[in-house]
Amino acid sequence: MKEVLLGALHNDILAYVLMALVPLAWVVPFALFAVWWERKISAHMQDRLGPMRTGGWHGWAQTVADILKLIQKEDIIPAAADRKLFILAPYLVFAGSYAAYAAIPFSAAFVGSELNIGLFYIVSISALVVVGLLMAGWASNNKWSLFGAMRSAAQIISYEIPVALCLLAAVMVTGTFDMQQINQMQEGGIFHWLVFQKFPFLFLAMIMYFIGSLAEVNRTPFDIPEAESELVAGYHTEYGGMRFALLFLSEYANMFVVAAIASTLFLGGWTSPFGDFLSGPWWGVFWFLSKGMLIVFVQMWLRWTLPRLRVDQLMEVGWKVLIPFSFVVVLGVGFWVMAVR
Amino acid sequence: MEERMTSERTVAGFGRSLKTEEMVLSMGPQHPSTHGVLRLELVVDGEIVVDVIPHLGYLHRCFEKHCEHMTSYQQVIPYADRMDYVAAMSNEFGYVVAMEKLLKIKVPERVEYIRVIMAEFSRIVSHLIAVGTYGMDIGAVTPFLFCMRDRERVLDIFEQTCGARLLYNYMWIGGLSHDVQPNFAEKVRSFCTYFRPKLKELNDLLSYNKIFIDRTANVGVLPADVALNYAVSGPTLRGSGVRWDVRKNDPYSIYPTLDFEIPVGTGAMGTVGDCWDRYMVRVKEMEQSVNILEQAIEKLPPGDVQAALPKRIRPDAGDLYVRTETPKGELGYYLVSDGTASPFRVKVKSPCFVNLSALPAMARGSMIADVVAILGSIDIVLGEVDR
Repeated sequence: MKEVLLGALHNDILAYVLMALVPLAWVVPFALFAVWWERKISAHMQDRLGPMRTGGWHGWAQTVADILKLIQKEDIIPAAADRKLFILAPYLVFAGSYAAYAAIPFSAAFVGSELNIGLFYIVSISALVVVGLLMAGWASNNKWSLFGAMRSAAQIISYEIPVALCLLAAVMVTGTFDMQQINQMQEGGIFHWLVFQKFPFLFLAMIMYFIGSLAEVNRTPFDIPEAESELVAGYHTEYGGMRFALLFLSEYANMFVVAAIASTLFLGGWTSPFGDFLSGPWWGVFWFLSKGMLIVFVQMWLRWTLPRLRVDQLMEVGWKVLIPFSFVVVLGVGFWVMAVR
Repeated sequence: MEERMTSERTVAGFGRSLKTEEMVLSMGPQHPSTHGVLRLELVVDGEIVVDVIPHLGYLHRCFEKHCEHMTSYQQVIPYADRMDYVAAMSNEFGYVVAMEKLLKIKVPERVEYIRVIMAEFSRIVSHLIAVGTYGMDIGAVTPFLFCMRDRERVLDIFEQTCGARLLYNYMWIGGLSHDVQPNFAEKVRSFCTYFRPKLKELNDLLSYNKIFIDRTANVGVLPADVALNYAVSGPTLRGSGVRWDVRKNDPYSIYPTLDFEIPVGTGAMGTVGDCWDRYMVRVKEMEQSVNILEQAIEKLPPGDVQAALPKRIRPDAGDLYVRTETPKGELGYYLVSDGTASPFRVKVKSPCFVNLSALPAMARGSMIADVVAILGSIDIVLGEVDR
């Protein structure tokens, strides 16, 4: 794809920028779809139906209708709020989530930007989300938003550690940060996937990464920052209309990012579980998206089943449970890799 | 006031003092978790709550004053419904029991049995809301929907009997407004068989969930002596281990003939009197209510449900206080009659109001998230708190 664009445009920079923008074609429709999907999943789990009318078949156009409604709303910025930060915050949150898509390979033939430090880049750029959340909470000039933002910052940076350690365990086995190469190493069927290598260490790493990623994206049981029943809506209490829509959509974009990272690193990404059968550049896109959506489904499933942890319990789980276990995993994988070499 | 607002701390090792301030946070009156229009003024030091000051009155509708201007005692009943609007039958039950004692009349047995059945349904309905919204406060949204689904079955029965789902005007002085439908017994029995597995499902999903236990065990402990000093009643009191239930300790209606247990908190998951105990008492009480329903529907005698009473009741001058056990606690009606058809004074002792007064004692020293958990475990309905 890169060659096609380079050949057509004769301008390197424009071609690279366009390549990096292609994932947007997935992210925005996915965010709209994910909102509908979450409403349907939660409804069926709760013995009810969810959206049924908007657009005809099972209310598929519900999110579209919601976005159209939100666009029309009056843009209210609280009088005492810090205007510049208030306006900037949702864009930072969205940029932090979206920028990670540039380095995730959607298929053997397509990756937004070929980075040999791809994984390192992803972990660091996702941290921009914390800055955005803190900005949103602070700029709202609302004690409740501030509480939500502070809790969120504490939570996300605490859980970055076990997340990074588990990713490190996977990197120790592959020997590279390059996401495309990591994917290529997992070709050949389901038993080549990283999650089944160095058993049980990478399996544990996957589970701990998944739990840590729930905290990264503020999903229950770690959704203190937006704990509706306590803080009204946490850091996005004062946001209305399209600004709220942007924060909301970037949450779903972020969910897919962490799901995509999990599926790329541990579940084989765009490789087919059957080896050569049903593989190829377009099948790769299908497998990658399916694995990502499967993990997103589990995230949604957990949200509607579990209660939420209190902020100190959450920190306890992060620091006192996940970090020691991830150290064990890293040590285990490290010794194994050294021993085999 | 000044001493409370700031506190000085010395940062260890630096020798300087770091002045911290306590923040005053207002939770409500519009808040998803305060179960109505309640304003909780929280004085917090970081995340720790130093004091909780409830501000009431947002739902005050002058019920008691209004009663003094009514032209007859029967007119009070629809207004009594609207105090604890979640369990309306219990409010009516309390009032008609008080009125019948004031008038010194006895109602037919059939009326007694139907009233007890309706009161126990109302207990189940109120506890379903309490349990469901409590789960939602803690973050688990799904049990709330399950509880609502089960509640709809009961509301269907209410609708078939008296035409209304939530506010009934059903229990009248001396009898009931309508007799039950011919298939009433069958509906009650089918509800009982339907509901028992749902309680088990609720326990599997919520009650024994590790995260739920972590959020509610050892939180908001109310020791038994403190509870008694605050005159707390109902599941809030029984959660602290005190086995006191007006249905057993000061019985009314046909409760002495029915066989049921009074669940109390035992500190199974933490301390006696914590939020989990109060929650579990409610779940177990629902089970006991189903037992009562099954017994009462077996024994339901035939007969008439409307007594011959004059349109304008004129009780003898006098006063009395009668209490009944509603799902929230001990609801007391203090009626003063001056011999005319219009009530002179109807004073309501609201269990939620009294239970809420114990909130500061339970919540001091806990975290903000715990305040929500503690408030949910008291199970207040602002309509009854404010009247």
